[in-house]
Amino acid sequence: MSTPLLSLSGLTKAYPGVVANDNVSFEIQPGEVHALLGENGAGKSTLVKMIYGLVRPDSGQMMLHGKPFAPTRPSAARAAGVAMVFQHFSLFDALNVAENVALGMENPPPMGDLATRIRDVSATYGLPLDPSRTVGELSAGERQRVEIIRCLLQDPRLLIMDEPTSVLTPQEVDILFETLRKLTSEGVAILYISHKLEEIRTLCDHATILRLGKNVGTCIPRETSARDMAELMVGSAFAAPERARRNLGEVALELRDLNAASPSAFGTSLKGISLSVQQGEILGLGGVAGNGQDELLAALSGEIRSDAEAVRFMGEPIGRLGPGPRRKMGLLTAPEERLGHAAAPDMSLTENALLTGAEREHLMQRGFLRWGAAEAFARRIISAFDVRTPGPDVAARALSGGNLQKFVIGREVMQRPSVLVVNQPTWGVDAAAAAAIRQALLDLAAKGTAIICISQDLDELMEISDRFGALNEGRLSEIRPAQGLSVDEIGLMMGGAHGMEVAHV
Amino acid sequence: MLRLEQRPQPSRMWVYLTPLVAVVITMIAGGALFAALGKSPVEAIATIFWEPLFGEFAFYYRPQLLVKAAPLILIAIGLSLGFRAGIWNIGAEGQYILGAICGAGVALAAYPSENVLIFPAMIVAGAFGGWAWGMIPALLRVKFGTNEILVSLMLVYVAEQLLAAMSLGLMRNPEGHGFPGSRNLQQYEAAHNAELITGSGLHWGVAAALIAVIFAYILLNRHILGYHIRLTGQAPRAARFAGVRPNRLILFCLGTSGALAGLAGMFEVAGPSGQISIDFNVGYGFTAIIVAFLGRLHPVGIMLAGLLMALTYIGGEIAQSNLQLPAAAIQLFQGMLLFFLLAVDVLVQFRLRWIRTEAA
Repeated sequence: MSTPLLSLSGLTKAYPGVVANDNVSFEIQPGEVHALLGENGAGKSTLVKMIYGLVRPDSGQMMLHGKPFAPTRPSAARAAGVAMVFQHFSLFDALNVAENVALGMENPPPMGDLATRIRDVSATYGLPLDPSRTVGELSAGERQRVEIIRCLLQDPRLLIMDEPTSVLTPQEVDILFETLRKLTSEGVAILYISHKLEEIRTLCDHATILRLGKNVGTCIPRETSARDMAELMVGSAFAAPERARRNLGEVALELRDLNAASPSAFGTSLKGISLSVQQGEILGLGGVAGNGQDELLAALSGEIRSDAEAVRFMGEPIGRLGPGPRRKMGLLTAPEERLGHAAAPDMSLTENALLTGAEREHLMQRGFLRWGAAEAFARRIISAFDVRTPGPDVAARALSGGNLQKFVIGREVMQRPSVLVVNQPTWGVDAAAAAAIRQALLDLAAKGTAIICISQDLDELMEISDRFGALNEGRLSEIRPAQGLSVDEIGLMMGGAHGMEVAHV
Repeated sequence: MLRLEQRPQPSRMWVYLTPLVAVVITMIAGGALFAALGKSPVEAIATIFWEPLFGEFAFYYRPQLLVKAAPLILIAIGLSLGFRAGIWNIGAEGQYILGAICGAGVALAAYPSENVLIFPAMIVAGAFGGWAWGMIPALLRVKFGTNEILVSLMLVYVAEQLLAAMSLGLMRNPEGHGFPGSRNLQQYEAAHNAELITGSGLHWGVAAALIAVIFAYILLNRHILGYHIRLTGQAPRAARFAGVRPNRLILFCLGTSGALAGLAGMFEVAGPSGQISIDFNVGYGFTAIIVAFLGRLHPVGIMLAGLLMALTYIGGEIAQSNLQLPAAAIQLFQGMLLFFLLAVDVLVQFRLRWIRTEAA
């Protein structure tokens, strides 16, 4: 076998109180797509940060092209041919594509040359992108292309990609995979971080699986089932959610031609959304991020008011009501952003339990808080949803993403809602916690709650929803029964609700 | 190399420790300042902190401590509610003046009646004056989105003009031989905010400050409104999600802090100061901002901070007269206190770590 492009041996990195990476070793060959698999908190990020020069290992060694490699800064890593596309883009909305690319370069060439090079690279790798467009107008998929092209201009030998498909439509994923295959055919190696197992099975040649900072196994994804990989990740068999047959009751929530302006300048306004959801039913709403998901949740929670008649809860017009009264009636919501929206980061879990539970759980009496009851409520959420925390006095931001998400979802589920609206209920949550959250939603529906689940995880939506619709630029597609929908159909629904009507003629 | 590292949880210990550390550092830096001015630093610091409490003339200074601390605490309690919610009332000085004008206005209008209801009516009028002055930035913010910091601050200067106009015109003492300033309310029994115990400095304003501390404590720790105030300051988006109406909170916070500042002004004009005059206001409204932060925006902390601030005022005056320290040096000393508090504050959220420098 030839010399590996990059070999890691015995990499260890400890932070106060936690060993993020414990003696991790593996090799990446030139021209391969190597998957790095693991739950949240398994140490994937720390590992790639070490390769990219953002974090220095405590011990262990890295070899690049057979030579010792110890980057002290990202620029050193880039100079050695290591590039990285982050999960969260670092782009300036007000600048155009070429300017954004130039900002990430050590010695940017003149703008004209750069634009030409961007066009060349985008044509070569099948990544359509106009260098003169303003980034603020680009879709998430296009923004990612800016990041990828920024990397490709440096001629990398190793490209690290951190959960690249979380913001893409199925069609955009295909384009991305094409590009990645073209790159590997030229000998570029790709380190691909994801926890979407099907995706890894189609794309990756090898996979290294991390659990609690340790390398717990390698496999060839094409020859391993998704279930086996998931069990390696989690370390134990976990139950797939069960779907009991549910009896649908009367319509619990109905939207009729809901229009609402987004409160933020870069947000998406809602345009003519109509839907209804029955008791015991789960309606899944897909769509690429930034197509009105946050606004729809806000319009349902009461943070955005609308025409009274546009939102009906058990037949009553509630469009003008704020979050408090809606919650009191039984319409509960859980927004996507855990820290700062669903929970106050610096407040304790007890205080956060109070945030939405005060009224329904009788945590106050004539405005005076019953701290004992609030703490008991927090404890009940913690135990019912297996939230791993030393206790209810801990600040919300001290919890890991998955645990806080369980707390936030649990807080709403425990209040026995008539209608529950969740946005990205399992975003950034490890597989076991995600399964628990989905199961909780299914159980709640079985008891007769109407649920709207907004998510970008199509597997999740297909797993739990009865009917499926997609948001696109603030409009809602036709809503169809989830069972039997093909990936192509879903892609079309996500790509544009307007196109569908033509297709049906 | 020293590096700051974020703590996983805000440190409880440092929340209580930082004010003390800030006071100690201020003493050291202030001592250096006084030494540079050619005074003995130990003597200067001792004069400021020791003399008013335990010195030869402490019997005179101790009551002064309450007299000076009461308005500071009363105003700072009100300000702290808004500050907690991210609503910045910088114009307490103006609300303090308006409270005094309205309170004194009631008394002067009723003069020379000795009706027992005059003093209660003055309290209501004083609170109303401050409240109304605070509602101006509040309503402008709610209706037009103006910045309450600027508007409330500007209104201080309007209030000062109004005060001057009152002392020269409408409220001028008709028996005052043409000198500016109103009748002295200390000589008008029904309106006089007299000491409750002679020689103690304890007047109704001190009682009101104490009551405000207790109420604020209950509000912030036991009531949903206080919870919403804290929530709004810490996570505004989460607050809207919880159902807080930001506009109502703005009206409440600016109104309450205005009313408390107005009360402070009214107690001052009816008691220690005695009359409406051009130089009636001495900066309590601004110093209260320092007191609020020095006290960690916590009611009990504010009470202690108010007493400490009053101490540096009185001690500063003694140092000026006994040691011939310039007034500016004293003000600088007080400014240092806030400066160091904010600087040391970083240790609540971060910890310092020594890191060996490595050759890059």
